[in-house]
Amino acid sequence: MLTIIIIILGASFLLYTLLGGADFGAGIIESFAGKREEVTISKAMAPVWEANHVWLILAVVILFTAFPLVYSSLSTVLHIPLMMVLLGIICRGSAFTFRHYDIVIDKSHKYYTLLFRVSSFVTPIFLGIILGAMMLGRITFDTTKGFYEVFVAPWLNLFCIVMGIFSACLFAYLSALFLVGETTIERERKMYVRFSKRFMLLTMLMGLLVFIAASIEGHDLLSDFLHSVTSLITLILATFLCPVIWHFLNKQKNKTIYLRIGAGLQVSLILIGWFYIQFPVLIKMKSGSSLTFFNTQAPESTLQQLLIALLAGLILIIPGFIYLFKVFKIKSNSQ
Amino acid sequence: MNDFLAARMQMAFSLGFHIIFACIGMTMPVLMAFSEWRWLRTGKTVFLDITKAWSRGVAIFFAVGAVSGTVLSFELGLLWPTFMQHAGPIIGMPFSWEGTAFFVEAIALGIFLYGWNKLNKWVHWASGVIVGISGVMSGIFVVSANAWMNSPSGFDWVNGKAINIDPVKAMFNAAWLEQSIHMILAAFISTSFAVAGVHAYLILRKGANAFHAQAVKTALIFGSVAAILQPFSGDFSAKDIAKRQPAKLAALEALYKTSKPAELIIGGIPNDKEEKVNYALHIPGGLSFLTHGNFKAEVTGLDKFPKRDRPPVLITHIAFQIMVASGILLAFISVLYLVFSINWRHILLKKWWIVLVACATPFGFLAVEAGWTVTETGRQPWIIYGIMRTEDAVSPMPGLHYSFYIITAVYILLSLIIIWLMKRQISSISQYYNSANEI
Repeated sequence: MLTIIIIILGASFLLYTLLGGADFGAGIIESFAGKREEVTISKAMAPVWEANHVWLILAVVILFTAFPLVYSSLSTVLHIPLMMVLLGIICRGSAFTFRHYDIVIDKSHKYYTLLFRVSSFVTPIFLGIILGAMMLGRITFDTTKGFYEVFVAPWLNLFCIVMGIFSACLFAYLSALFLVGETTIERERKMYVRFSKRFMLLTMLMGLLVFIAASIEGHDLLSDFLHSVTSLITLILATFLCPVIWHFLNKQKNKTIYLRIGAGLQVSLILIGWFYIQFPVLIKMKSGSSLTFFNTQAPESTLQQLLIALLAGLILIIPGFIYLFKVFKIKSNSQ
Repeated sequence: MNDFLAARMQMAFSLGFHIIFACIGMTMPVLMAFSEWRWLRTGKTVFLDITKAWSRGVAIFFAVGAVSGTVLSFELGLLWPTFMQHAGPIIGMPFSWEGTAFFVEAIALGIFLYGWNKLNKWVHWASGVIVGISGVMSGIFVVSANAWMNSPSGFDWVNGKAINIDPVKAMFNAAWLEQSIHMILAAFISTSFAVAGVHAYLILRKGANAFHAQAVKTALIFGSVAAILQPFSGDFSAKDIAKRQPAKLAALEALYKTSKPAELIIGGIPNDKEEKVNYALHIPGGLSFLTHGNFKAEVTGLDKFPKRDRPPVLITHIAFQIMVASGILLAFISVLYLVFSINWRHILLKKWWIVLVACATPFGFLAVEAGWTVTETGRQPWIIYGIMRTEDAVSPMPGLHYSFYIITAVYILLSLIIIWLMKRQISSISQYYNSANEI
């Protein structure tokens, strides 16, 4: 039972990274693109961003129901970065909707756009920082150590910041690839192809920097990967997908579907590989002990009811979600 | 400001902000689906225009509701980690159902808002109905979780730990049904009267036309039925609170001393030091009758509870008076509306009636905010009634007041932008919809 819940939690996290990530990335890409791209991006995001966003809510609900100690610990010590993520979520969602729905187009659109773009940068960076802090093992609950040690030091360090920038690059890369299939204008398509390539290289570079920053901060991520065959294989596979996607990007007629599957696979592989070395640890602490799926799980009766709700929910959600994407994504592409 | 108060204020502010969007998110899909259904049946474009005009506004409210709801799911932990650590496994179930319902709602809303030209008309309409149903369902689930805080059940509290957890029992606690009914009726009343009021105001400013007249009518149909049912739901709730949370009832009625018979205290300013209510209207035996159906029955007062277990009387009592007064006002208008629309339809076109409807605009939401204050403040000092004190649940992080300032500033700014956006939307109605120019 616990296994299925962990899988659903992992899947929601993965789907949020892919879909929500692409939405955040769209804001980043927009900052480097032009006016016409703004229209394409708005049109592509508008029908789906709210549904994409719910994967995060689902993950949070699973976390506080099934692993309550992890949720309460995270929200205590990582209060500041989480607050930044929340501000980013509020600002981005509101600014995007205001821009899309404001009937009168005037100077105010400039401010919506600015807010939308800035928060599209800030949120992924802090999401990455939070993830980094969970891995790095500087978290402590000993409040006698002082404000900085408990509430700032665990996340304000080189490794976490590099993780943050890595996440932003990854999201931008995902988004650029996704947008290649969203436009019918050749010039614009070429632009997204260019962005895809640049952000692919940038993401790979940042990925490398993650390992370097980890070793500088005394967290030997590389040897963790080397010690797990599965993780090593997923990492290599994800890297090998890069030239494949590059090849498809170079084709005159981009096979949108291959690009999307390719990118989806890459991100899934990276997350699965990371999950393998991390499992079952959710938060590594300074004291050397960890909060894991097993030592924080809620009682059986809770997990059982949660699973029923999740499975019943997924039966409703998955067909709905597929229908939504069919109506707005697949139909519009075949036109 | 101390951090504990800041945390409480931030939570109150966030919930008070979100509740408006939640009410709109529950009600507007039903109103839009109803209007679209009338268009499909009659073919009159005025109903289509109304649906479309509303949907543009709803998209904005829904998005802000979605993000402010996400904020709440994190804030529960950011501000009350100890509460969530213990309550998570117990009330996680309604939250996970709520997550599901909200997911369905978000998907169906995407289809409804953007699928006008892509879908069969009836499929489109069905998506609107699904938005409405899932919206109401998610409201019920969230309120059930809140009801559990008032009426904790489905676990045993042993040595500061919850054991023998039964999430189903926790969700269907003693308060879930009455609180859900009261909240959903409140959502329909507040939103419907606000919508009717805004359209009535536009009639007053720009003259009558088919668009606004039909919009007022559609909104009032739902609003008036809900507003007439609400006092009964309120009475049911009060009688139940008298049994389950006598301290809350005593606080909201400002009854300091246990009395037999107990008088009903209307209005006034409670004075905690002297334990009496100044400037109030006293109705002998009134409270005894309202709580027990008997003018001579005894009603428990605050004196039965140690001082540290009493809710703040001043805020709770005044909020309760505001809620009840607003509710009665709207129920009264609703009765008039139903009576007039049966036999005296010409009155509905009279200026004084339209002015009355326009003036009623804010009272539904005022009642919602006041009522929410009553239930939350009336539960204090407990976060889980009788089990865990709010002060024991607060985050140990120093400097919580900064996050209160930031969140407050952001929400005030957002509110101002939304009001301004709505004004812009409304002023361009006649430009986009022909029926808004027909007389």
